[in-house]
Amino acid sequence: MRIPCPICGERDRREFYYKGAAVALDRPGPDAGEAAWDAYVYLRENPAGRTRELWYHEGGCGAWLVVTRDTVSHEIFGAELAGEADV
Amino acid sequence: MRFSGLRVLWEGLTGNRGWEPHWRDPAPKSEYDVVIIGGGGHGLSTAYYLAREHGITNVAVLEKGYLGGGNVGRNTTIVRANYGLPGNSEFYSHSLKLWEGLEQELNYNVMMSQRGVLNLFHSDGQRDAFARRGNAMVNQGDDAILLDREGVRRLVPYLDFDNARFPVHGGLFHPRGGTARHDAVAWGYARGADRRGVDLIQNCEVTGIDIENGRVRGVQTTRGAIRAGKVGIVVAGRSSQVAAMAGMRLPIESHVLQAFVTEGLKPVIDHVVTFGMGHFYISQSDKGGLVFGGDIDMYASYAARGNLPAVEHVMEAGMTLMPMIGKARVLRSWGGIMDMSPDGSPIIDRTDVEGLYLNCGWNYGGFKAVPASGHCFAHLMATDRYHEAATGFRLDRFRTGYGIIDEEGTGAQHNLH
Repeated sequence: MRIPCPICGERDRREFYYKGAAVALDRPGPDAGEAAWDAYVYLRENPAGRTRELWYHEGGCGAWLVVTRDTVSHEIFGAELAGEADV
Repeated sequence: MRFSGLRVLWEGLTGNRGWEPHWRDPAPKSEYDVVIIGGGGHGLSTAYYLAREHGITNVAVLEKGYLGGGNVGRNTTIVRANYGLPGNSEFYSHSLKLWEGLEQELNYNVMMSQRGVLNLFHSDGQRDAFARRGNAMVNQGDDAILLDREGVRRLVPYLDFDNARFPVHGGLFHPRGGTARHDAVAWGYARGADRRGVDLIQNCEVTGIDIENGRVRGVQTTRGAIRAGKVGIVVAGRSSQVAAMAGMRLPIESHVLQAFVTEGLKPVIDHVVTFGMGHFYISQSDKGGLVFGGDIDMYASYAARGNLPAVEHVMEAGMTLMPMIGKARVLRSWGGIMDMSPDGSPIIDRTDVEGLYLNCGWNYGGFKAVPASGHCFAHLMATDRYHEAATGFRLDRFRTGYGIIDEEGTGAQHNLH
């Protein structure tokens, strides 16, 4: 798998650390309640197909990326900087 | 048809004409008392124990592919009870006891081989951790022997003991652990369930779960609607998709775990051996192939195959620990889809829907759990009470924060197990 880092270009998957579903960008407020925090920390859609994920370019520029990827075929459709991504 | 040595001899002398299919191939009925979704190891053992322990025989197991075509046939066949935390300890201890009687129980040769599991350690800190784990195992009533370097050398002289980076300091030996023939476990439970009246229905994919007024009424399938009083979801890596049919979102991420087998070799590895400083564990099958595996590929995946970085890591770890296997040729590799939970421990519980039960979250350790998982899940579905060996596997432990079973001590978070 090769991930197209917007800063560094296409790089081997080994340069990246996988965080998980991009739900992590949508952090609830401190008083959002137990259900919201449960959904944020633990519950996952876990789709078989296209999904948006957070990857960290640990062995490169150090940017957090939102990668759109297919979990069945491992095809990667694109990557954008997490700071510029829609939540 | 009962299996025995005499029967094998007789069939051998008479042209093997008397063998019969091990189970029927029934069409689905319109209604069952219990429907089990998923015809893998856990689903089949659940159906078996529903019939055997609770007399509930009007049961269907619905399998979208063929029986045992998923993870129960895609693992490294290791059986062990070497867990350290309450919640897990009593459960895997229970499972190992069921394993030990399984062949007689099922009248089926599952090739249970208690050859011993040896977990190696490579530092003082790791020795302390293993000593503690061994004590927990002994307290649970299972067996554990802390071996020093020379003790390990007597068992497995072929390791690279003086590896410059990860010298072998000793190991925790679990003599009652070992391996079993994975396919035969699925087939044995399938045959046992079928003989007690359970309908095993293959090529039947569940496409919907019918719920009325908070109570499950049945399922929709590719072979028609089936009404059911109770429904159990036992679908491993596909848990999120099936639970979504009931409007649920689970604390599960699906990941691929790879395993490998070499060409057949003469007997060389007599135990199950695990590397303490890299992801590598190995045993030798009765056919002679070295069967080994490592860690998950570490990103969400439904592909029943893996990527090369994980292959490279496993091979490197193997060569670090036992350079003698370097010239063995790898025949095949495969991947299974693991239902990873945030704390690395499973879920056997009710759901918010009355009559709908959930069994998932087996991470990369589902095979050894097959007997106890089915035994405890059947107990829960039949009696609506938790089996005493599976009181800790609550679905709500993540929401409440109470009862997290984090065996690895890395934190209850996705991507850490």
